Amino acid sequence: MSLSRMLSKAALLAAAALLAVSATGAANAQSATEIQLSYKDKKFDPAEISAPANTPIVIKLKNLDAKAMEFESKTLKVEKVVAASSDATINVRAQKPGRYEFFDEYNEKVARGALVIK
Amino acid sequence: MIAALIIVFREVFEAGLIIGIVLAVTRTVRHRNQWIGGGVLVGVLAACLVAVFAGALSDLFAGMGQELFNAAILTIAVVMLTWHNVWMARHGSEMAGELRAAGQAVVEGSKSLLALAVVVGVAVLREGSEVVLFLYGVVAARSDTGWDVALGGLVGLALGALVTLLTYFGLVRIPTRALFTTTTILIALLAAGMAAQAAAFLEKANWLTALDNVVWDSGWLLSDSSILGKALHTLIGYTDQPTAMQLVVYVTILAVTLVLMRLYGAPVKQAAAARG
Repeated sequence: MSLSRMLSKAALLAAAALLAVSATGAANAQSATEIQLSYKDKKFDPAEISAPANTPIVIKLKNLDAKAMEFESKTLKVEKVVAASSDATINVRAQKPGRYEFFDEYNEKVARGALVIK
Repeated sequence: MIAALIIVFREVFEAGLIIGIVLAVTRTVRHRNQWIGGGVLVGVLAACLVAVFAGALSDLFAGMGQELFNAAILTIAVVMLTWHNVWMARHGSEMAGELRAAGQAVVEGSKSLLALAVVVGVAVLREGSEVVLFLYGVVAARSDTGWDVALGGLVGLALGALVTLLTYFGLVRIPTRALFTTTTILIALLAAGMAAQAAAFLEKANWLTALDNVVWDSGWLLSDSSILGKALHTLIGYTDQPTAMQLVVYVTILAVTLVLMRLYGAPVKQAAAARG
């Protein structure tokens, strides 16, 4: 069998496997922990939030400032622009226990907070 | 000023790398500057539009508009890059050879340029809207530091342009024959990386939940938020915590590119015979 035929077969198989797994994956999504967070004058409120380990997390962020901000966390792999005076939903995948810092990328030094996973 | 410089540079860095690669890929093609320049211009305009409608965009799809929008434009870029590689596998020899100036090659060449102009536009659009929002926020605040920040932003932009120049001149130093292979591989990896990024956005939107386990964590070795990590993130799609799905998508795109290049790329000898 030629290399290209082998590769086409491999690609097809991978695609089929993907479809099969995504079909079953949607059914067993865990229920997520929802956390409310607001942002005003370069401060997160509350500055520290917590959530249980190994469950997905949903952060509902209200930007009360008249400026856009960018919610970012390097350790949580989150980067999301939140327009002036508006709300955003941020999905965070299930995490191991630990302290995960987040910040407003536009004001990285002052506007900081942390998510503590217990 | 330094803070603004860093923020702007961080955003334009990725676009700078991509534009440098595209310029090197198209170095022998006529009118390429107009096409690439057009791509940048359209990208900037689109970035402004996205910035203006950032709130509305976010609210789409139950608050996941941004993620899905990013996944969609990345997918467009992946298709364009893959198409370019497949097209080059067929026509590359004509373009690089003595037929470079032949009418047909030029017409065909502009098709490929359009694809790459779209890629450039997408790269500028993605990071550009964040720069626009940041600078607008500073200007809107009307503080005394406005000019200082604007200057920082400009310097950041200039540094981004420098990344483009360095990438371009670094690549064109490679001898022509090797350059074709190099850019083909670069573009295939770029496409695979972008596809994995698109998958990551779909995961963040909870549209893709299968295989979402993190396969490894190499953050201790090379964080993808460091400069080198970020460069590798753009170039080959490096991420320090890839999910199984991202890896599957990455490998699939590489395999598909290779298969398509073999299926549609005419062997050089045959093509030469057909022309003769």
